[in-house]
Amino acid sequence: MLRRVYLPLALFAVLVGCRTERKVDVATRDGILLLGNGGEPRALDPHLVSAVGDANILRALFEGLVTNHPSDDTIHEPGVAERWESNPEATEWTFYLRRDARWSNGDPVTAHDFVYAFSRILDPGMASPYATMLYFLKNGEAYNSGKLKDFGGVGAKAVGDYELHCSLAYPAPYFPDVVKHTSWLPVHQATIEKFGAKTAPFTDWQKPGNLVSNGAFQLESWRINASVKVVRNPYYWDAKNVSLRGINFYAIDNVFTEEAAFRNGLIHYTYSVPQNLIPRYRDSHDPRLRSETYAGVYFFRCNVTRAPTDNADFRRALAYAIDQQVIVDYVTMGGQVPAFAFTPPSEAGYQPPSVIAYDPDKAREYLKKAGYEKGSDVPEFAIIINTSEAHQSIAVAIQDMWKKTLGITKVKIENQEWKVFQQTVQDLNYSVSRAGWIADYVDPTTFLNMWVTGDSNNETGWSNATYDGLIRESAQLADPAARYAKLREAEAVLLDELPVLPVYWYTRVYLLSPDVQGWDPLLLDNHPYKHIRLESVGR
Amino acid sequence: MDTARYIASRLGQSLIALFCIIAVTFFLVRLAPGGPFLDEKKIPEHLLENMNRAYGLDKPLPIQFVRYFGNLLRGDLGPSTGNKGYSVNEVIAQGLPVSLGIGFVGLAVALALGIPIGVFAAANRNTWIDHGLMALALLGICLPTFVIAPLLADLLAIRLGWFDVALWEGSNAWLLGAITLGLFYAAYIARLTRASMLDVLNQDFIRTARAKGVSFLGVLFHHAFRGGIGPVVSFLGPALAGLISGAFVIETIFGLPGLGQHFIKAATNRDYLLINGTVTVFAVLILFMNFVVDLVQAWLDPRVRARG
Amino acid sequence: MARSSSTTELIQGSSLGRDAWRRLRKNWLAMASLGFFVFIVLVCYLVPLLPVVPDPDRTLPELQSLPAGATATSREGESVFYLLGSDPLGRDIFSRIIYGGRISLMVGFIATAVSLSIGVVYGATAGYLGGRIDAFMMRFVDILYALPFMIIVIILTTFFNNSLWLLFVCIGAVEWLTMARIVRGQVLSLKNQEFVDAARSLGLSQPRIIFRHLIPNTLGPVIVYTTLTVPAVMRLEAILSFLGLGVQPPSASWGSLIKEGADRMASDPGLLIYPAVVFGLTLFSLNFLGDGLRDALDPKGSKD
Repeated sequence: MLRRVYLPLALFAVLVGCRTERKVDVATRDGILLLGNGGEPRALDPHLVSAVGDANILRALFEGLVTNHPSDDTIHEPGVAERWESNPEATEWTFYLRRDARWSNGDPVTAHDFVYAFSRILDPGMASPYATMLYFLKNGEAYNSGKLKDFGGVGAKAVGDYELHCSLAYPAPYFPDVVKHTSWLPVHQATIEKFGAKTAPFTDWQKPGNLVSNGAFQLESWRINASVKVVRNPYYWDAKNVSLRGINFYAIDNVFTEEAAFRNGLIHYTYSVPQNLIPRYRDSHDPRLRSETYAGVYFFRCNVTRAPTDNADFRRALAYAIDQQVIVDYVTMGGQVPAFAFTPPSEAGYQPPSVIAYDPDKAREYLKKAGYEKGSDVPEFAIIINTSEAHQSIAVAIQDMWKKTLGITKVKIENQEWKVFQQTVQDLNYSVSRAGWIADYVDPTTFLNMWVTGDSNNETGWSNATYDGLIRESAQLADPAARYAKLREAEAVLLDELPVLPVYWYTRVYLLSPDVQGWDPLLLDNHPYKHIRLESVGR
Repeated sequence: MDTARYIASRLGQSLIALFCIIAVTFFLVRLAPGGPFLDEKKIPEHLLENMNRAYGLDKPLPIQFVRYFGNLLRGDLGPSTGNKGYSVNEVIAQGLPVSLGIGFVGLAVALALGIPIGVFAAANRNTWIDHGLMALALLGICLPTFVIAPLLADLLAIRLGWFDVALWEGSNAWLLGAITLGLFYAAYIARLTRASMLDVLNQDFIRTARAKGVSFLGVLFHHAFRGGIGPVVSFLGPALAGLISGAFVIETIFGLPGLGQHFIKAATNRDYLLINGTVTVFAVLILFMNFVVDLVQAWLDPRVRARG
Repeated sequence: MARSSSTTELIQGSSLGRDAWRRLRKNWLAMASLGFFVFIVLVCYLVPLLPVVPDPDRTLPELQSLPAGATATSREGESVFYLLGSDPLGRDIFSRIIYGGRISLMVGFIATAVSLSIGVVYGATAGYLGGRIDAFMMRFVDILYALPFMIIVIILTTFFNNSLWLLFVCIGAVEWLTMARIVRGQVLSLKNQEFVDAARSLGLSQPRIIFRHLIPNTLGPVIVYTTLTVPAVMRLEAILSFLGLGVQPPSASWGSLIKEGADRMASDPGLLIYPAVVFGLTLFSLNFLGDGLRDALDPKGSKD
């Protein structure tokens, strides 16, 4: 009796009892922040990444000239640069670097590191997806396209070890904001070149043990499709103010698994929340659910080079038939904001013109103007989306709205796999396709520059000389008020011609454990981890 | 000599199969739409050319294949385009132990659960025990793994807290995943075992043994088992292929970084070399296990050997 | 008792089919399963022809996630009744299950038909021709057996993920091997029987012997295995749907409905339970039917 019943029972009790403490609680005690980070990072090389999740990790590892303020995106917090100044036209900038900034191997961070990094990301051989961010620099575009062979002609110079001069191609009073972006981060030349050529596409320099970084943390381990772990960098100039001991970025793609992991006490923070679970958290006023304004827009691209979307009145009809409030209230349910323009209004002061709103009568008028007596006359076209539940729901809802309000019966939804989708959009092989755009920095040009004729992110075939002219003119203006007015004019043109159909402005919806302190709402959601603290809060 | 010829012929077949699958996947993935460098930010033509050249993707396909195969023989599976900085060998080295762990524990659970249940049902045939167990087994077969898995996860991980619901490091979610995976195969094996046990138990030599006074368990282990285990062993071959596809589902649900996850991501990212590498590893695994199963079958039943 | 000399009719005894049917009729479980399966097929294909079932694509996001039997008013003031409740986009779950059933069953039938045609012809030919050709053909099957088909299916459906026909062919191609083996085994044992010799001595051509004489006599195991292949194929389609590679939205199949339900289990259990029960019962019934057929066609087998 003893051996056969009690022993196994005892073992069982021990096993179950052993698991009373949650992983999250242990981590909070140890000072390790556990983050769900969406998908697996493509790389940890600042010049090879373009996704938000990758940028999150890079911001922990590296620090740029200017860094993010913990609670206010309009404040430019000094990073490696202690201070900076510019000429009145905002075309010549000088950054004065601090002298105590160090790499994780002890080497000092100098202006040469930045110049090297700029030359690497702009190097045509690197094929960096974000090289265009550095086109702010004079001749940056020329060097990147191969027209200029010598980097010396590009507007970035190191004057001594601690002074960096940037000459810009056009005035940019918001330049300090631009350099917060991960494409402007410095890299350690000796490490990169120890493992291969400067622009070699695959070397070992990114691996744990090899990677040298200058941020608050350094790379400890990297398991593919599992996690990236970083720990404190003792050489960081502000290390004494960094509270966290380490951060684990978990690559959990599946949003439902991620939410379950949060509930199970495995992570402090989820990258997103499944739509169907939002009402639950919201209705019980659960403080762990956060829903914050995020500088981004969800929209549909229209191919203006082929029928039926080549007709501007038809596009207007489509835009005014979208009941944005319904989408936001019942489909996405994350507190998103119906978009009355393309650029979201921001604290930096830019107010876009208020143009788009649900207006079924207006929509029907435009349909008639476009030459269609009845919606069923409209030839068949498709809304192309990349495979995802969220995009699917929105597309289905909008398809239905077009059917109900305009009577369009021949609109289909076509799902395409991610890569195929990219090709379709880039080749202009669609009529309507879904899209999203997140701001790279806090200024309306990050939303408006892309619609200029021939811009690589335009992908609609739209070309309007007035628009191009207005954007060009605004670039020459240094006075913020005048610039904004000009940009507003340009946006009005965009919203009149409607090569894009704005749907809503994003919010960041996520779950955050109450143990995490210092995580304030930010427009670009770029939280500087050095200011985050973990404190055990009573359950 | 008979055995040696058998082994040699089986080995030869396996190698041919391996070569076929390596070649077929190689050409198949490269003929698909999309490429590894296609991304949301459009890359200008000349840069795209540079990248293709750097990875050797600009050469005609047959030449690429020859180079690839040559490297393969040397054990070099190439770099991964989706996980820059890592070579395919390294990605596989990280993922393979995870998948093997889940697969073997799953198989162990399946055998440890399925065979006794099948035997028990056969021993008590036509009673409620038998019908009940077989109905349960059928349930296990008819409900997809991705229905049972979240149900089990909800019960055992979230409510009872015995397991973690996801993640790999410092987490026992993989054990829950392996058990879930094993349950489906346990159901299959239970049914198979019961059927073949019934077959065997009906035969004359069993009745003779019982008449001679051998206990039921004795009969079971010394006589019935060897004959009855045959169908289960031959099921193991195709079961392996099934375990692998089941592993994909389990890895996705529990967020486990196994080879299945790497393969699916590689297919999505058009990471050609990683796709080829993972497929090769899977093929080697399956062919090897089938080879072992063939050998075990031949040992159990000499007639198989004669058929060659 | 003299036989008519003007015809060469063979004596018609009680045929195998008739015996089997009689035995099957006695197995109440198998008959119930057959009835259920026929019922499901009829419901999925015929009921939508009546005006009873609402459009599965009708989207009313404001009426999302309602429980079974709920009646609600849409934003336009229309009164809507949901037999099994609504999904997160306000679509009627009952009608989605019915239309989804059409697709799942179609995948089941067509993919099985694909595997059946290839497998039967291949196996019968190998069995009949025998000798080295047979050995070679079966060796080929052995090799293919070992290949990870699932992986190829995943690759193909990842790249061409909008093609329903590709799905049928891929899934069918995974299953034909076992069919070929079974048919070959049957043919081998039949080959040496008298009626084959008789046919040969009558001078019938080989294809004719294979198609008109051998294959019909292999029907027993083939029917059993076919009945068991349909659920296996439907399971495969469900797994592909789970990985996002099966039937693409806005179409639905039971597999994709179950996937949606499994994801939303925590908030909307009905989304999972209703399609899962229908799917499970259908597969159950096919399995019971297959077991019953096997017992009916081969009474010497492991009897309960």
